[in-house]
Amino acid sequence: MDFIENLGSGTRASFNKLGRGTHFLIQIFSGVISVLLRPRLLLKQMYSVGVMSFLIITISGLFVGMVLGLQGYYTLSDFGAEETLGVMVAASLVRELGPVVSALLFAGRAGSALTAEIGLMKATEQLSGMEMMAIDPVKRIVTPRFLAGLISMPLLAGLFSAVGIMGGQIVGCGLLGVDEGAYWAQMQSNIDFYDDIINGVIKSIVFGFVTSWIALFEGYDSIPTSEGVSRATTRTVVNSAFTILGLDFILTALMFGDH
Amino acid sequence: MQHTRNQDTLVGLFVASGIAGLFFLAMHVSNLSSFTDEDSYTITAKFENSGGLKVKSPVSAAGVKIGKVTSITFDPKTYKSVVQLSINSKYNTLPDDTTASVFTAGLLGEQYVNLEPGGSDTFLKKGGEIEITQSAIILEKAIGQFLFKSAAEEKK
Repeated sequence: MDFIENLGSGTRASFNKLGRGTHFLIQIFSGVISVLLRPRLLLKQMYSVGVMSFLIITISGLFVGMVLGLQGYYTLSDFGAEETLGVMVAASLVRELGPVVSALLFAGRAGSALTAEIGLMKATEQLSGMEMMAIDPVKRIVTPRFLAGLISMPLLAGLFSAVGIMGGQIVGCGLLGVDEGAYWAQMQSNIDFYDDIINGVIKSIVFGFVTSWIALFEGYDSIPTSEGVSRATTRTVVNSAFTILGLDFILTALMFGDH
Repeated sequence: MQHTRNQDTLVGLFVASGIAGLFFLAMHVSNLSSFTDEDSYTITAKFENSGGLKVKSPVSAAGVKIGKVTSITFDPKTYKSVVQLSINSKYNTLPDDTTASVFTAGLLGEQYVNLEPGGSDTFLKKGGEIEITQSAIILEKAIGQFLFKSAAEEKK
């Protein structure tokens, strides 16, 4: 009997959370115009969300590309197909690893920081203080951060893929002796602009959307104690990772289904 | 004030490098740069069998890529495969007795259309048709023929 009751209350709680989350998202959107009228707010958040993630994204991208170059070379050289290394590196980065890994890193680097920041603002009653001064905290605090995440994510994913492809080239052509012309030429003839690059960018926009949404909502919805904030931060990282990987499967199935 | 200015610069650099990354992907990694010279004309070739040829397969002459396959359809009257080839307008001097054949790059590589120019003085025009074609070599067929032949020789 207890089990049934728990299941029921769990279902009710998750629906309730989904409702609050959607309501929160609508509130975020209602603040978009007022943020665009004050771009300085957005710029400041672009700095803390985007610029601060720049280093981790580029360095990880470089190493992921280098590892892909090494592993790809070992496998492809068995079939005498080293020349297609460029295609393999570029396709896996542009389609999957670029958007997904940079979104996971983004959730860990920027998402957790957003949750902790908003959660702490709530715990120290800064948000209620703003409301007392008739300033809408969602418009003033949350929307700029959301937009910053949404804009930064595709840029970071593009950087990740670009740096990774160069990393693959350094390892493949520099160390292992794959012909540089073949690396680029095979890549260019096999990677399609619309099918691969644009779909990758769409993926990263979707990931930026959900990660920023989850991070900000968890912070805004957290229990205003130190324990509550720490739990909310953990939930942000875990839920973002699940959502990114799950959505990635769905998006891949939709985008690359007919190949 | 100094602080916000630094921030502006860094955000500017970040956005610029992100856009540069995306631009690099578009121009250097994908086939977008080869789309820029959209000027091309279409010719048709009918094959007995076009094998594993696909839309977007390359069309080459003397080993140089000069165009791509834009459509492959089955003609129910002649039972042939009708392949539309889009050729770059730069190469508008293909003689009308050019031979088209379906080749495979390497043993397991992708299939492509190879054009071998003939000696005619008149050139293929937009919408023209290549008369002389050579079908794809189907590996299974070739192996079958080989086995059949060697079995016949053994009997002798």
